Amino acid sequence: MHELPQQLANGLALGALYGLIAIGYTMVYGIVQLINFAHGEIFMIGGFGALTAYIALPSGTSLLVAIPLMIVGGAIASVAVATAAERFAYRPLRNAPRLAPLITAIGLSIVLQQLVWGLYPDAKKPRSFPEIQGESFKIFDNLYLQRADAFVLVLAPACMLALGLFVAKSRSGRAMQATAQDPDTAKLMGINTDRIIVMAFAIGAAFAAVAAVAYGVDKGQINFEMGFILGLKAFTAAVLGGIGNIYGAMVGGVVLGLAESLSIAYIEEIPGMQQLGGGAWANVWAFVLLIVVLLVRPQGLLGERVADRA
Amino acid sequence: MRHRSLLILTTALTTGALTLTACGSRDDNKGGGDDSGKKTTVVIGVDAPLTGSLSALGQGIKNSVDLAAKTANKNNEVPGIEFKIEALDDQAVPASGKANAAKLVGNKDVIGAVGPLNSGVAQSMQGDFEKAGVVQVSPANTNPALSQGDNWGKGEFKRPFKTYFRTAATDVVQGKFAAQYLYNDAKKRKVYVVDDKQTYGAGLAAIFSAEFKRLGGKIAGTDHVTVKETDFSSTADKVKSSKADSVYFGGQYPEGGLLSDQIKKTGAKIPTMGGDGIYDPAFISASGVANDGDFATSIGYPVEKLPTAKKFIADYEAAGYKDPYAAYGGYSYDAGWAIIQAVKSVVAANDGKLPADARAKVVEAMAKVSFDGVTGKVAFDEYGDTTNKQLTVYKVEGKVWKDVKSATFED
Repeated sequence: MHELPQQLANGLALGALYGLIAIGYTMVYGIVQLINFAHGEIFMIGGFGALTAYIALPSGTSLLVAIPLMIVGGAIASVAVATAAERFAYRPLRNAPRLAPLITAIGLSIVLQQLVWGLYPDAKKPRSFPEIQGESFKIFDNLYLQRADAFVLVLAPACMLALGLFVAKSRSGRAMQATAQDPDTAKLMGINTDRIIVMAFAIGAAFAAVAAVAYGVDKGQINFEMGFILGLKAFTAAVLGGIGNIYGAMVGGVVLGLAESLSIAYIEEIPGMQQLGGGAWANVWAFVLLIVVLLVRPQGLLGERVADRA
Repeated sequence: MRHRSLLILTTALTTGALTLTACGSRDDNKGGGDDSGKKTTVVIGVDAPLTGSLSALGQGIKNSVDLAAKTANKNNEVPGIEFKIEALDDQAVPASGKANAAKLVGNKDVIGAVGPLNSGVAQSMQGDFEKAGVVQVSPANTNPALSQGDNWGKGEFKRPFKTYFRTAATDVVQGKFAAQYLYNDAKKRKVYVVDDKQTYGAGLAAIFSAEFKRLGGKIAGTDHVTVKETDFSSTADKVKSSKADSVYFGGQYPEGGLLSDQIKKTGAKIPTMGGDGIYDPAFISASGVANDGDFATSIGYPVEKLPTAKKFIADYEAAGYKDPYAAYGGYSYDAGWAIIQAVKSVVAANDGKLPADARAKVVEAMAKVSFDGVTGKVAFDEYGDTTNKQLTVYKVEGKVWKDVKSATFED
């Protein structure tokens, strides 16, 4: 158990990343009840946007200066693609049966992957990404916090807090809540629901870009396929936390991240479970946890029970 | 009306997606201006991951076979025969490999094929080639079961597919060689073994572990990672707390590079060793963390150091391919050249013409092929395995792989 703090830190950092991506699923679902399966690719495009921004900067720029600009560059790319997807792929299908936009989202995800694969220079193999250098911070004897993990652990809660305040306090945020509750009535009250929906897509995409930069500076590489598995995990996190609830996305992400890292470290130490532990089984245990949570709380950890949804 | 426009949109999107996918797998090899109608065209199929994270290796395979075909045409190696290649992309996915195999054997001009890269993909293709009687030469498969049957571990060798050959030495040779180097030369005693659960990686890790234990070393722990995942920090911390003095990774460079980086980031200053799957520049360049001290074994002597390879390297550079020949370039060239030599002997035995049952004849001729290739003597034993058992250990020093020991493997 000596390494427990270290494994908790790993799980938290991974979970914070899942949470940042999960915001995109949960925002869009909360407002238009669409599962935007292309969101993993929006995350990936955010990564390539950030890389482009970095390449455009004069070489030798300190990462402290570069990272904010990379987030901006990534967000421009991901928001542009997400809003275009909303306008041209999802809006025409808004009143269609629910399966139509779902399949469209899956198709869009393939299209976006192939576009980056084909059009971005050298994207056919992993591209290296500026990585945060330096020794990890020693907190205790058995807890070293890597710089990139510290970065995401500071960034994710800060972004969440900003989003929470925005939704609760600002005029647009309240319009967003109204649209989520009842789009028709919101429209009658003079809310431009189309604009609100675009905003939901844009906010989700901006969070995905932040996540992509956090991912890149940690792993030191990005590739055109990276959105698929992470998108799936983030979607799982959103469901686990209660899809439609923005705090749920973060909570779900953290729970999922912790479940993965703790199951890698400890399942194999339970007598008789040696064969079922380690990295090979982490995803199995994460999904076992998801099923158990959904059995007890079908609406997810922080979700609200809504009769006519999901 | 709404439903119609919806249908059109969905169709358009799907078509778009499919077209794009198809574009990816098409090879832009334009035969061009061969106006001589008298020459018989013989196609050598190539199957390798041309896109995706393993494309660095796959492109090297494709280009090297292309170079072999072009060299044969230029030298008029087989009079009356014009060689062409047809390269298909398997994206390292077994199902794609199977579809490609079906496509290749369906083309009556295909006389043989080079590929694939991955042992797992090879498993799905062998049956199709055998049924059609088309010779297949892999430049990179190392899993012993492919040529020696599933019970090779118990000492029962039975060749499952008579059409399957390879220019790469098996994992038995490679895994044992790695264990001997790590124990005897690098003086490591406590190794942590990680694999990626794939045919290649898991097989190699098991052979390595057995030999390392036989030599007297200790296995500090084992873990598995999932292909295409990228966060291995929990596994890395397990390695650190196990106090192992080295790590052996059975798998490919995308996961291997990340694993090595993440282990080093925990503060554990221990080397990671792997097989030819991690012996690629992308293992080092994939991230900013230094990989200094990491090891990889690969088959054969360093291509750059073989006198026989000088011409290959010069020709490859002269041909101006966009991607480097990578780890398997020499083996791919030799695999392609072996098919060309087999065709040559078949044609020579048939009065300078390609016989009607050329495919079957080429399979027979393959067993007798013997020539001095890029990687040394190229010939095949009774299982279709290469008789060449030379291996090299490479070490990362300052952003590049440097060869530290080359030897012929002895059991």
